[in-house]
Amino acid sequence: MKQEDIICPENRVYAKPRLLNDNTMHYCPGCSHGVVHRIIAEILDEEGYADNTVGVAPVGCAVFAYKYIDVDWVEAAHGRAPALATAIKRLNPDRLVFTYQGDGDLAAIGTGETIHAANRAENITIIFINNGIYGMTGGQMAPTTLEGMKTATTPYGRRIDLNGYPLNISELLAKLDGTCYVTRQSVDTPAAVKKAKKAIAQAFANSMAGRGTSVVEILGTCASGWKMSPHDANLWMREHMGEHYQLGDLKNEVKQ
Amino acid sequence: MPKIYGAVTINAERCKGCELCVIACPTKVLQLQPKEVNNKGYHYATVVNAEACIGCASCATVCPDACIEVYKVIEK
Repeated sequence: MKQEDIICPENRVYAKPRLLNDNTMHYCPGCSHGVVHRIIAEILDEEGYADNTVGVAPVGCAVFAYKYIDVDWVEAAHGRAPALATAIKRLNPDRLVFTYQGDGDLAAIGTGETIHAANRAENITIIFINNGIYGMTGGQMAPTTLEGMKTATTPYGRRIDLNGYPLNISELLAKLDGTCYVTRQSVDTPAAVKKAKKAIAQAFANSMAGRGTSVVEILGTCASGWKMSPHDANLWMREHMGEHYQLGDLKNEVKQ
Repeated sequence: MPKIYGAVTINAERCKGCELCVIACPTKVLQLQPKEVNNKGYHYATVVNAEACIGCASCATVCPDACIEVYKVIEK
């Protein structure tokens, strides 16, 4: 069979999601944000949330999320996305409201907002991209940086006696009564991407059904900040981050 | 046994040459362009072994910039 016969619209099994704009993303080559944006756009389209969604963009690399996914967005101050999402969801209870935050936003400056929104069982979804570093500002240490990990501000590796322990914010959130679904996924292989997509779809369904706060943590890579090639960053993430941040469901109280 | 034919098209201008699709492909269909660059200056991904494609969409699943379209025909 010739290539020209295969390449026609009726044989198409995968294309760029309709809700992803044609703007070129500003992310570095191989950045996990791109994959997560794409799977969110796919889910919103497939589940029919496209006209009924308000996203809350963070401060960090994903600050321009509103330029890439074609739904309604609000830009929050640094770390305040869950507080803003609370207001939006309470005023528009029929809308799907989700926040998209990085680890500097959610686990550092926004810890208070995140924990209290989850504790109030707000019906929002929190998508948390954890790459263990402040990627946007040049790769400084974040609360989630692993022990011994080299960053711009810890050039000899993070020291526990000086900088404290890596913060497992998802484990903390799983302990709260307000959360119904807390999971940790990654997007480094095709299989992992499919699992992450399923998890985000589940979280969105929980928000719409009013079951409480859903948190999807995604272990991301920062090839530029970690100073590796995108593939090496994926391997490093599997090997080192997977050790401290175990993948899988931390809490799932949804009755099947 | 049904025979599967696959094909991919790559939006070269959108590609940033991260090479994740090249590594994800189980049948080694893709490669980065060794000399040519796109308007952004990246060595973009290109199809080098089109006949081997099985249309599994692994490349498109890991692509951070959604520049790959996948086609598949199952001939019975």
